[in-house]
Amino acid sequence: MLPLPPIRYLAPKRLRDALELLEQGGRGRTAPDGDGAQRRGPVLPIAGGTDLVPNLKHRLLDVELLVDLTRIEEPHLRGVREVAGHLHVGALTSLAAAAADPLLRQRHPTLAGAYRQIGSPQLRNMGTVGGNLCLDTRCTYFNQTAFWRAALGHCLKRKGTTCHVVPGARGCVAACSSDGAALLTALGAEARVEGVAGDRWIPVESLLQSEGRRHLALLPGELVTELRVPAAPPGRRAAYEKLRMREAIDFPVLSVAAVADLAPGGACRSLRVVVSALSARPRVVTGLGDLVEGRPLDDAALERVAAQAYRQCHPLANMTADPAWRRAMVPVLVRRALRRAMEAR
Amino acid sequence: MKESVRFVVNGDPVEVLVEPGATLLECLRQDLGLTGSKQGCDKGDCGACTVLLDGRAVLACLVLARSVEGRRVTTVEGLAEAGRLHPLQEAFDTQGAAQCGFCTPGMLMSACALIEENDQPSRQDVREALSGNLCRCTGYTKILDAVVKAAGEVHQARAAPKGGGKP
Ligand SMILES: Cc1cc2nc3c(=O)[nH]c(=O)nc-3n(C[C@H](O)[C@H](O)[C@H](O)COP(=O)(O)OP(=O)(O)OC[C@H]3O[C@@H](n4cnc5c(N)ncnc54)[C@H](O)[C@@H]3O)c2cc1C
Ligand code: SF4
Ligand code: FES
Ligand code: FES
Repeated sequence: MLPLPPIRYLAPKRLRDALELLEQGGRGRTAPDGDGAQRRGPVLPIAGGTDLVPNLKHRLLDVELLVDLTRIEEPHLRGVREVAGHLHVGALTSLAAAAADPLLRQRHPTLAGAYRQIGSPQLRNMGTVGGNLCLDTRCTYFNQTAFWRAALGHCLKRKGTTCHVVPGARGCVAACSSDGAALLTALGAEARVEGVAGDRWIPVESLLQSEGRRHLALLPGELVTELRVPAAPPGRRAAYEKLRMREAIDFPVLSVAAVADLAPGGACRSLRVVVSALSARPRVVTGLGDLVEGRPLDDAALERVAAQAYRQCHPLANMTADPAWRRAMVPVLVRRALRRAMEAR
Repeated sequence: MKESVRFVVNGDPVEVLVEPGATLLECLRQDLGLTGSKQGCDKGDCGACTVLLDGRAVLACLVLARSVEGRRVTTVEGLAEAGRLHPLQEAFDTQGAAQCGFCTPGMLMSACALIEENDQPSRQDVREALSGNLCRCTGYTKILDAVVKAAGEVHQARAAPKGGGKP
């Protein structure tokens, strides 16, 4: 049995009320209680709960109040719709609904497909697109019971002073394990961030940060309310490759998203390759322009891209899968992703 | 402090006092005495706690009891109707799809969600629908056989001119 810690629970119907509750608590901070004497823990948003509930059961974070987002009635938080050619996906859309959505499947089949590969059917019915993007970073030394962690000695991510993956490190390199985050980064998607003070759109690439303890560039009290995936130009080729121990349920131990835009003759206009499940932030492989632009994505080009990704990606011992094997798989997945992308459509 | 939550379980409206940190699984098993749903891992890995929430398969160990206010929950206890087993339960029995039986309630609920939507599933559809349910005994083959068989029966019953509709 893994009981939850004592909490309070509220399920507001209006976004404004949720934002105010979160703002008062301040995500991750403590605030004085009503009488000013007692100290309260932080206020956290919960959507599908498929990440947060296990993490709370493992005592990975402090919480005093959970604000359930799933009763919020504002329509922009739910479903997929088209606005000026771009697709908007509400943060509360379930992974199952996103995976099955006709518009998303038609415009961005790779994204719908990536959502379909997450967890299990039950987890996809519960889990949301917003919770998936905001998924906490994961590490084999961290996603364990409190008893397990205390036995080894706590780490930097919570209570401890050292990192078990990179001894002596001052930062946490727990891995981004969200399939959505990797592909949304590659697709150049943006997230709408709403707080009591305002409303802004930021690229997913800058929402996600490289520090495992603070992997989201959100201010206290801010929520992601929807995603915007820019229209795919004609000649778009995309694919997502996920390496995991079992073909169902498991988180990625490595993943590669590839998005290529081709000119009518087949020459590559632009190519984005993102490698994830390394550390806190999906890694955008750099320097691809010189290697492929203006040329066809043939086998020789694939080799150049695969070698470049291999040079830049260094999996760490932050999960049980062997880092040397995962590194050796980087070019394999890059090649597979690019081949699959070129075959599609 | 305990708070009240009202929902419908297997067709019956209930009101339960729960701690805000109680899961739906704890509420079902401890407060309502519905011990059919099993607690395996208690963290989303095994599917033994699968129930239907408004008709969709979810993991009761990850659902907060308070969050099901006003919703409809179906557990394995709600499958049989008027003393007659659901075709899935019959098929699990006759096909030998249960050994220790610990995974069975969760398997039945995942399969039930599938058949409600698609009563002519391929074997691959069944595999995918059950991919969140672990079984340490059977090797899955007989479970797949049972679900395919039950789906066939449900399909026939629905296609029949009289007495059709929901099994
Ligand atoms: C066994 C198992 C296997 C899994 N496998 C995978 C996998 O293969 N790939 C994968 O990507 N994920 C996987 N997951 C993780 C998870 O199920 C999904 O990522 C899911 O989409 C998370 O969404 P949620 O709504 O349940 O998030 P929640 O648990 O509700 O929230 C996750 C985090 O985001 C915050 N949050 C939620 N919504 C918002 C918002 N709108 N704005 C700001 N912050 C928010 C929460 O406070 C919390 O910190 C798995 C989980 C389990 C238990
Ligand atoms: S990477 Fe290091 S600091 Fe971060 S969770 Fe793992 S062991 Fe802890
Ligand atoms: S007990 Fe809920 S998934 Fe294992
Ligand atoms: S019959 Fe024993 S776990 Fe499935």
